[in-house]
Amino acid sequence: MLNEIAFLLCAALTLAGAVAAMMLRNLVHCALCAAGAFAGLAAIYLQLDAEFVGFAQLLIYVGAIAILIVFTVLLTRGAEIQPGAASSASSWWKGVPVGALVLACLIWSIMASPSLVRLPSPNVHAPVKQIGEQLMNQFVMPLETIGLLLTAALLGAVVIGLREPRTSEPNS
Amino acid sequence: MNGFGIIKGMIETARNFVGSYHDAQRLTTVQYPEQKLPPVENARTIPFLVFDGDDAMAGLRCTACVICEKECPPQCIYIVKDQVKKPDYVGKMQMQPKVFDIDISVCMSCGICVEVCPFDAIKMDQVFELSTGDRFGKLLLDKHQLAKPNDYFVKIHKTEASEIDVRREEDKRKAEAAAAAKAAAPKSPATPGAAK
Amino acid sequence: MSGLDQIFVWIGHRAAGWFPASVQPLVSAVLAIAGVMAVFGTCFALTTLAERKVLGRMQNRFGPNRVGPYGLLQPLADAVKMLTKEDIVPFSADKTLHFLAPLVLTVPVWLAFAVLPFGRNMSAINLDAGILFFFAVGSASELAVFMAGWSSQNKYSLVGAMRAIAQMISYEVPLVLSVVPVLMLAGSLELNDIVAAQGTYTFGGLARWNVFTPWGLAGLILFLIAATAESNRSPFDLPEGESEIIAGFLTEYSGFKYALFFLGEYLGLFAVTGLAVTLFLGGWHAPFQWLEWVPSWFWFAAKFGALIFLFIWVRATLPRLRLDQLLNFSWRFLVPLSLINLLVAAAWYWTGAWKFPVVAPIRWLLCAALIALPYHWLGRALRGAMPPPRKYIYAE
Repeated sequence: MLNEIAFLLCAALTLAGAVAAMMLRNLVHCALCAAGAFAGLAAIYLQLDAEFVGFAQLLIYVGAIAILIVFTVLLTRGAEIQPGAASSASSWWKGVPVGALVLACLIWSIMASPSLVRLPSPNVHAPVKQIGEQLMNQFVMPLETIGLLLTAALLGAVVIGLREPRTSEPNS
Repeated sequence: MNGFGIIKGMIETARNFVGSYHDAQRLTTVQYPEQKLPPVENARTIPFLVFDGDDAMAGLRCTACVICEKECPPQCIYIVKDQVKKPDYVGKMQMQPKVFDIDISVCMSCGICVEVCPFDAIKMDQVFELSTGDRFGKLLLDKHQLAKPNDYFVKIHKTEASEIDVRREEDKRKAEAAAAAKAAAPKSPATPGAAK
Repeated sequence: MSGLDQIFVWIGHRAAGWFPASVQPLVSAVLAIAGVMAVFGTCFALTTLAERKVLGRMQNRFGPNRVGPYGLLQPLADAVKMLTKEDIVPFSADKTLHFLAPLVLTVPVWLAFAVLPFGRNMSAINLDAGILFFFAVGSASELAVFMAGWSSQNKYSLVGAMRAIAQMISYEVPLVLSVVPVLMLAGSLELNDIVAAQGTYTFGGLARWNVFTPWGLAGLILFLIAATAESNRSPFDLPEGESEIIAGFLTEYSGFKYALFFLGEYLGLFAVTGLAVTLFLGGWHAPFQWLEWVPSWFWFAAKFGALIFLFIWVRATLPRLRLDQLLNFSWRFLVPLSLINLLVAAAWYWTGAWKFPVVAPIRWLLCAALIALPYHWLGRALRGAMPPPRKYIYAE
């Protein structure tokens, strides 16, 4: 009973944060609401006894990603959307198939996974050590691939950042 | 080697820290309400009125000439002349102030009133603990509050006060000599300036 | 162990014993929370006073000595002043965020104390991923600082917030990286295990603290530098540099909210200091075997106090950095050095298997050289990377 209430609260926080992040007009508010949604997700992980994942979620999403989003919002102009601006671009319909595709993908993977089958909880305990060993042995390929991907993304970002053409020296 | 500058600086602050406990030379702070620095002779804060003798109102040097009132840049002095005259230190009858107020919340301590006063009646004080709870009433000083004896003036501005005293003694002596000379020659016709 | 050592544990057990068995876990949890809050709340009050006194002495002044004997009641006077001040919210401020920011800063910081072992059997909870928990709850402070600066609608606040975020992002990396060697060598993320790993004694009865190893010494120094920056203290107090940007993100705060920010900053400092004690200075262990009889919480408190004094000492000594110096220092010096420190820790682990006479000094010197040489080179490179001293054409 208590567990369900806690879950409902966390889920409500996550959903409300996510919805607010989409709907609010002020970009900074959106970013902060997204951070709230991340924190709600972390709470759900913690409720599932997935300590490591929950803390990592908090550390990475609230501590790093949200800050980066906020930083980006501040460094680019136009944090305040003009009141007269249209709430969505005219080409919004192009997003519909993409959204549908993502949704279908998610639904398919959820239906295919065994998580819907309600098993009596085997009281899984996953100490950090075990997670580490699994990551370094069984799942070393995915881990390294993700690392490579992130490095590539980082380098790409650096290249994009560097591409700004050098203007001639201001009268020196 | 990098970082040694920081260590040097930290040794210096540590020396201050330890030294301040056993070396009185380091702690130059004066613990104000309990300890006070001896007043500096040239210190000047707000004006006061000098009087001679024991009775403040009778010995007031001010002759209500209102030069200071006119010269005061922020116009913080307010004088009303009295109808009754009183003799000054050489026995000459002089005007006296009925009201002499200084609004020390307005006074800017420039000392111009002191410079223009021909009677050495207004001088700069050294008081500085002037805060009150009532800024309208208690910062407007009247002549009773402003009047301070010549001894006090001698105490705070020794050089200046003794010069003035010598000069005034001289004036007094001359006036007495003139009076004695006048008394010694009664046959001469009465000079118009001497009466009243 | 002696009774004095376990006295707080014993008091907790006895107090919880008065309640029915069903609520006993709850009661002991509440007691632990109350204990931590009381101790570190008092610690906050005393540190504000000690900081001003010590800073004063280091600048050949007396420091506060008016309120009470030796100024001991100064924190009380400060508290009365802070709490009775008017709470001003700027007209154009974002009211909700302006209100939330001090809470978001202060509340999570309290959580960080939950995993710190203050003495033998004296940690509130034993988390498997304790270190991760510590850094996770600490990560909210950056967001709070940003909220404070942005919601105030004041340019100084915003500049302060931007500086704070740039600084915190930069120094979070060396902070976490300098912790990793400890985790590698202890083989655990749990703080109690890390303390236990430092609990043995080597020749001469000297404790095996991490700080006595080359990587531990380097790690402690890196950690303390990064911690100073993370808690916005001088010489890294750019976000609230009062001579440049009034009070940075605190400009538009007053009264109780300002006090909350102060509380949050000092608690953050206490938390990282406690972590430094736990990770590098052997936690609650005595430095020598023959000092084992002294209660464990005393050792924690002594080391904690010494590190706080060090922070104050540094504050009294060093001037504030410029922003470009700050970022260069982190990215070009601290981050590479803490990465190299990982390798040094690995080398230390690997050379642990060596077996020949006088192995200990050789091993130590070898590993020390592995970190000292990069330190020297990186330092020189950093000095070369700095722009030349600025020429002031009109001022000379």
